[in-house]
Amino acid sequence: MRRRSVLSAAGAALAILAFGGTASGQEVVKIGLILPMTGPFASTGRQIEAAAKLYMRQNGDTVAGKTIQLIVKDDTGVADITKRLAQELIVNEKVGVIAGFGLTPLALASAPLATQAKVPAVVMAAATATITEASPYIVRTSFTLPQATVPMANWASENGIKKVVTLVSDYGPGIDAEKAFTGAFSAKGGQVENLRVPLANPDFSPFLQKVADAKPDALFVFVPSGVGAQFMKQFVERGLDKSGIKLIGPGDVTDDDILNGMGDVALGAITTQHYSAAHDSPENKAFVEAFKKANNGMRPNFMAVGGYDGMHLIYEGLKKSNGAGGEALVNAMKGLSWTSPRGPVSIDPQTRDIVQNIYVRRVERVNGELYNVEFATIPNVKDPVKAAKSN
Amino acid sequence: MHADPIAKSAPPPSTADLVRRSLVRKGRWGVAEIGFWAVAAATLFFLPERHLILNEIAIIGLFALSLDLILGYAGIVSLGHAAFFGFGAYTAGILAKHGFADPLLGLGAAALAAALLGFVTSFLVLRGTDLTKLMVTLGVALLLGEIANQASWLTGGADGLQGISMGPVLGLFEFDIFGTTAYAYSLTVSFLLFILARRIVVSPFGLSLRSIRDNPLRARAVGIPVSRRLVAVYTLAAAYAGVAGALLAQTTQFVSLDVLAFHRSADIMLVLVIGGAGYLYGGLLGAIGFKVLQDILSGWTPQYWQFWIGLILVVIVLVGRERLTDKVGALWPRSRTRPAGQAQVLPATPAREV
Repeated sequence: MRRRSVLSAAGAALAILAFGGTASGQEVVKIGLILPMTGPFASTGRQIEAAAKLYMRQNGDTVAGKTIQLIVKDDTGVADITKRLAQELIVNEKVGVIAGFGLTPLALASAPLATQAKVPAVVMAAATATITEASPYIVRTSFTLPQATVPMANWASENGIKKVVTLVSDYGPGIDAEKAFTGAFSAKGGQVENLRVPLANPDFSPFLQKVADAKPDALFVFVPSGVGAQFMKQFVERGLDKSGIKLIGPGDVTDDDILNGMGDVALGAITTQHYSAAHDSPENKAFVEAFKKANNGMRPNFMAVGGYDGMHLIYEGLKKSNGAGGEALVNAMKGLSWTSPRGPVSIDPQTRDIVQNIYVRRVERVNGELYNVEFATIPNVKDPVKAAKSN
Repeated sequence: MHADPIAKSAPPPSTADLVRRSLVRKGRWGVAEIGFWAVAAATLFFLPERHLILNEIAIIGLFALSLDLILGYAGIVSLGHAAFFGFGAYTAGILAKHGFADPLLGLGAAALAAALLGFVTSFLVLRGTDLTKLMVTLGVALLLGEIANQASWLTGGADGLQGISMGPVLGLFEFDIFGTTAYAYSLTVSFLLFILARRIVVSPFGLSLRSIRDNPLRARAVGIPVSRRLVAVYTLAAAYAGVAGALLAQTTQFVSLDVLAFHRSADIMLVLVIGGAGYLYGGLLGAIGFKVLQDILSGWTPQYWQFWIGLILVVIVLVGRERLTDKVGALWPRSRTRPAGQAQVLPATPAREV
C-alpha cells in the first residue's frame, strides 16, 4: 500500500510538472467550461454554453495545430462544487483552460486553484470588479458592474437629472452598483437617496411607494436579471411610469433573455450596458442570426456574448502563444483586441479585465419585439474600480 | 459467548438479560459493515483520481448522519439543518483566515460553536408539532443566512469568505491539489464520528430516543426525560453538522453563503430519503448514491440531469426502498432469517415489570 501511495504521489508530481511547463507538448487542449446549468442561474449557463458551442462550430476545433475539446460541467451555482469541478478538471482531465463562472463566489472559489495549477481562468459572466485581482491567471470577457454603472451616472447628470433614488437588491453586486452610482453621481453634484430590497422573494410595492413620495427625476434600479420582470410589472402597477420618473440602471433589469416577455411595461427604460442584441453592426447581425438559428430562436444576451468572446480570447491566445498553455497563454491574452459582436473590445494588459464600449439604450419596440436600442456610446471604458486604484 | 451460560444455568432469562443481550448483539460489527469501511479505506489507494468527489461524499455523508441522528432516531424533522453546517463552516473558515490554521483546532471550534447554537435553538425547535418544527428550523437557517449576508466585514458576504489558508493536518500532511489529504482527513473524521454515533444509538440513551420517536407520551410515562433527551441529541447532531461544515470549509478553503442556503438542507433530506433514515448507514449510502448519480448524470447531460435524479427518486418512493433492499437482502440467506430472530429477542414486556 505504501508503495502504491508513493507511486501515486510521484504520478501527481509528474502531472504538475506537465502542467506548469510543458503544456505545449499536448496535441489536445481541453477547455473546462464550468457553468450553472441547473438551478436559479440556469439561464446564464444555457446562454454561455450555446455561445461557446456556436463559436467552435463557426471557427473549427483546431488552433495552432491543437485540437480544442470543450468539457461542460454543471456546478448548480454552488461555490464548493465549482471549486471541486475545477480541481477535477485540472487534475484528471488536464484541462489547459478553465472557463465559465456564472457568479462572483464561484469565480473567487476557483481563483486560488488557477494560481496554484497555473491554469488560465476565463471569467465569462461574473461581474464583481475585484475578481481579476484574486489570481494573476484570471482574464475576464464579461464586464464589471461599476463599468456599466458609472457611465449611467455620468449620462444622467449630463441629461438634466438632478435627484435620483437608487433601489438595489440587498446583496454584493447590488451594493456595488449602489456605491458605484452614488459615488459617481454625487461627484457630479447630483442628489441621491438609497433604498435596498431583500434579495429573496422581494415585494417592491412599499419601496416603490417611498420612491413615489420622494419624487425624484429618475429611479436607478439594479436587481438580478430574473427579478427584473417582476419589478417592471410593479413599477407600472403603481403608476410610476406616468409620474415622470425615469427608470434608469445597468442593463441587467432589461436582460435580452427576458426583455421581450416583459411586455410594454418595459418600454422607455434607459439602461447602460456593454451588449444589446440590437447592436447595429455586421458582426452582431451575423452573431444573433447564427445564435438564434442554432438555439430554437433563443435571443443571445450579455452572458452569451461573454461566452462567445471568451472562446475567441482562448483561440486567439493559443494562436499567439503557439499552443502553449499556462503563463504563456495568459501573457498572450493580455492586450489582445478584436471586434466582438458588442463592438470593439480589448484585454487590459495591467488588470486582465476587458475594456469595452458602454452603450446607453432605451427599450423600444422593433419589428414587433422589445429591444434595448442603443442611442449613445461611451467608448473604451475601463473598470473604474481598478482604474481608481492605479491612479 | 454470552448465550451459553445463561441457557444452561438460569431457567427463563429475565427481560433485563434479554435486552442486554440484544444490545450487545446490536452493538457488534457485522461483516457488511466492516466490508463497507474497508472499501472506503481502500478507495484512498485505488481511486486516486476520484478523491475530490469522494471527499465531498464523505462530508455529505457525515452531514446526513447528523440529520439521521435527529430525524431517524429521535423523530425531529428539520428543514434547516444547514444552519449548523454553515455555522461550523464559517467558524472554521474565519478561524483559519485569522491565523489559526490548524485544521483540528478549527474542527473542535466548529463543533463547539455549532453545538452551542444547537443547544440554544433546541428549546425553540422542540416545541410544537412537526409542522412547527419544520418552520422553526427553516427560520433559524434563513436567519443565519441573512446575518452572514449582512455581516460582510466578517463573512465576506455574497462574495464568499476568501483568503483561507490551512496548515497541514497534525502538522504533517499538507492539503494537496489532488484532494488525497483532504479525503483521508474527511474520511477519518467521519469514521471516528460514525463510531461514536454508533455507540450512542445502541446505548440506553439511543434506545430511549427511539422510544421517544415512536411514542413520546408513552416514553414520558415510563420515566424518560423526553425534553432533556431531545435537547441532548439535537445538540449532538448540531455538533456533527458543524464538523461536516468545517471539513468542507477546510478542504475547499472557501466558504460562501450557500453553505447556509435552503437547498443544502433540502438536499441532505433527499440524501437521507434515498439512503433511508434510522440505521446510520442511510446517510452514508444516500450520499454515495446521490453524488455518484449526480456526477454520472450531470457529466452525461449537464442541462437535464436533475430530471433523471427526480425520476429515480420518484421510482424509489413509489416502489419503496424497503422493498428494493429486501429483494437484494433476500439473495443473502443469513439476512433473511435475521429480522425474524430479532423480533423474538425482545418479547412483549409485561406491564408489571416496567
